[in-house]
Amino acid sequence: MTGRIFNVVGAMFLLTVCSKGSQSNAAPAAPPPAPAAASDLAAAGGTITGKIKFTGTAPRNPAIDMSEEAACKAKYTTTPTEENVVAGPANALANVFVYVKSGLPAGQTFPAPATPVVLDQNGCRYHPHILGVMVGQNLEIKNSDPVLHNIKAIAKKNRPFNVSQPNAGMTKTVTFSQPEVMVNLECNVHGWMHAYAGVRSDPFFAVSQQDGSFTISGLPPGTYTIEAWHEKFGTQTATVTIAGTESKTANFTFAAH
Amino acid sequence: MRGRGTGEGGRVMRASVAIAALFVFVFALPVPLPASPFPQDTSAGKAVYQKWCAGCHGDNGAGDGPGAKHMIPPPRDFTGAIYQIRSTPSGQLPTDADLLRSIDEGLFGTAMPGWKTRLSDRQRRDVLAYIKTFSSFFADTTQRPQPIAYGSAPGGGGGAEALKVGRQFYDSIGCRKCHGDQGRGDGPSAPTLKDDAGHPIFAANLHENWRFNGGGTVEDIYHRLRTGLDGTPMPSFSDLLEQKFLTDEQLWRVAQYVRSLSPQEPPVVRDVVHVPLAKRLPHSPDDSAWTAVDVYWFPLVGQIIHKERWFAPAVTGVWVKAVHTADSIALRVTWDDRSASPDTSWLPFIGRVLNTLDSDDSTREQPAPWPDQLAVQFPVTIPSGMERPYFLMGSAGAPVYQWRWSSSSRTAAVAGLARGIDRFDPLGAAAGIPTQAVYDHGQWRVVFTRALASADTASQLPFRSGRAIPVAFFAWDGSNGEHGTRMAISTWYFLALDEPVPARVFISPVLAMVLTLGLGMLVVWRAQQKTSYRKGRQ
Ligand code: HEC
Ligand code: HEC
Repeated sequence: MTGRIFNVVGAMFLLTVCSKGSQSNAAPAAPPPAPAAASDLAAAGGTITGKIKFTGTAPRNPAIDMSEEAACKAKYTTTPTEENVVAGPANALANVFVYVKSGLPAGQTFPAPATPVVLDQNGCRYHPHILGVMVGQNLEIKNSDPVLHNIKAIAKKNRPFNVSQPNAGMTKTVTFSQPEVMVNLECNVHGWMHAYAGVRSDPFFAVSQQDGSFTISGLPPGTYTIEAWHEKFGTQTATVTIAGTESKTANFTFAAH
Repeated sequence: MRGRGTGEGGRVMRASVAIAALFVFVFALPVPLPASPFPQDTSAGKAVYQKWCAGCHGDNGAGDGPGAKHMIPPPRDFTGAIYQIRSTPSGQLPTDADLLRSIDEGLFGTAMPGWKTRLSDRQRRDVLAYIKTFSSFFADTTQRPQPIAYGSAPGGGGGAEALKVGRQFYDSIGCRKCHGDQGRGDGPSAPTLKDDAGHPIFAANLHENWRFNGGGTVEDIYHRLRTGLDGTPMPSFSDLLEQKFLTDEQLWRVAQYVRSLSPQEPPVVRDVVHVPLAKRLPHSPDDSAWTAVDVYWFPLVGQIIHKERWFAPAVTGVWVKAVHTADSIALRVTWDDRSASPDTSWLPFIGRVLNTLDSDDSTREQPAPWPDQLAVQFPVTIPSGMERPYFLMGSAGAPVYQWRWSSSSRTAAVAGLARGIDRFDPLGAAAGIPTQAVYDHGQWRVVFTRALASADTASQLPFRSGRAIPVAFFAWDGSNGEHGTRMAISTWYFLALDEPVPARVFISPVLAMVLTLGLGMLVVWRAQQKTSYRKGRQ
């Protein structure tokens, strides 16, 4: 218990220090660099690509018992499973959120894209299961099932929420105000429904594909800490230096435990 | 199933006995002296907080005070600024008025007491300001709370037509998924429910509006439907209105329907059960003869006197009816329980319950599919004066006569003598009590029958008219991890065959119980203070 208290005290101390720090930074009127459109950046900058794998045997995804929800069950021909570990061929690992943890020039801001990220509830599962969204960008949550879902966001830096969508065709648009990796989204009516949103204040993030590959493009020159986050296997980091428009590789290997 | 009228001498069970007892427990603990996170803050609010709130909510507001591991739901962690009782949409901060209401009234049905009568206006406002400093969200000017503009309830709310509409939407928008078909918190999703921190949480039993955290009026319920209870699985239903899937009136109807499930007034405790004389003994719980019989409500509280103590009882009380004929008695006990245990789908829930609470034992027990149980207790013989055996299952020298019913053998209760909380000696099959039990949508109804006379008058109480017969009740919810000493208990009440005995003859059992519990806990705490508390601080 004492340890926990210290953590909290520590966190508060840090908060105080940080907020003071950012205030004094903001006071001198050095105008932030003009925001460049994301597309310009992509054309101009460097690229990081990579493959994500895991060693060992992937745990089996539990089967989902949808007998309480006939309308969802009818959408499957085989028993649906959870998506805790989605593996591709040759131990490729999908659904890893890869992002630039640090290294971007301080004070640089990036505009949020006007297009929303869509999170669909379909067949009593979330599509996609892992997503990235920018601060201020719309996240559109929609229900394609004729059953009640509630969408609860569990967050620390952002405000949480818990709203319900009892009807098919309902949508809810939310935005996040702070970067946070990750915001957990869950449905409490269907205890197996989990999704994770990586919220970033820059556009340099990706979610690994079925073959384990990812691409982050448009990076300005610099030395970056790249973090790869997986819901079961934890995080891994790599340092990558970009100079100009080159393409660099960063592969990650997780251990299945 | 309604607690009609307010019998003379009855007491409104607003703040339950458990809360009073817990209170004693928490404040019996020494207040630790922490290193302050706000050395510059010497405000009055902090002093109030340290004195009255930190025991539960923790010195740093993280919900981890010394008492925290002795309650479900656990105390609020103020550092996240996530509050249940708000007038604002889901995700927004509460207004000061919202917070003040929670501080003034407490959160019914939880360990959070109301402070209106204990602290001055000034103190309550100061402490409100202080708890806001635990989270940076309150200092963030972009997070200004904006209360929802609620209308008022449409008329005709109690009418059959309105309630039908309410019931229809209760079903179609999915309340039953968590709260169950009849609203007793037994929906299909109930065993999986957790709060944001992973603690187990029950979907509210909608038949007990006096235990709703934010209050039990139609308006309170409607407000909770609009705002949700942030931090819990209970969502906001406001989007239904904004996106025109439901009209405001229809949502009010849902609130009115929910309100109609609870009695007009919270049940009052009447100490003496009048047991009328009947021509025929109703053996079945749903025999129509029961409808004419008066019902009595007895609150149950956690057993926190003997190790292993139990701070999170699931059964909040029993409803009792009794009749007798010239030669036999039938006692019907009804109680709400979210599952017919043993039910393996609740095993993970049991695991979460056991993990959330501090155990008196050094080894934490593994969850198992325990049955539901109920015990009815009498003295061995009708006492002549005020003397009664120890209410908590007698003692070695003065045993009590008990009927123990279990959901794993529903047609008979075992009769036996209890000689203290952990010794029960069955009296043999011949002494067994025939029972008939029904489990129906989150509720057990069990009828016990026995001859008035008994073959063995030394150990099996003979029932007689004209004298008040002490009776007490004990309940275990297997799917809440309850068995052995982890149970809900009552104090002594009375059966009066034929004619009721005036209640004022007896000391208030509820008062007696608070005193007993309080004293019991002081003793337990004294014994433990040196060992367990110190261990916790290391
Ligand atoms: C006996 C333990 C206990 C004490 C003492 C206590 N609280 Fe609480 N409090 C709780 C519990 C438990 C909850 C959470 C109930 C729930 O989650 O439903 C709570 C919740 C709260 C909430 C949250 C209400 C909401 O809308 O979510 C506030 C505010 C609060 N307490 C303020 C206080 C203040 C101020 C004091 C001191 C004056 C205090 N409490 C003392 C146990 C306690
Ligand atoms: C996903 C599960 C879930 C759904 C769906 C749900 N509830 Fe709840 N509800 C809960 C939980 C869990 C609680 C208890 C919260 C607590 O104890 O703090 C609760 C609490 C309540 C309360 C008590 C509020 C208070 O002040 O304590 C009421 C009334 C209620 N729900 C009504 C409804 C109605 C009506 C619906 C449908 C419109 C509904 N609920 C849908 C889970 C749910």
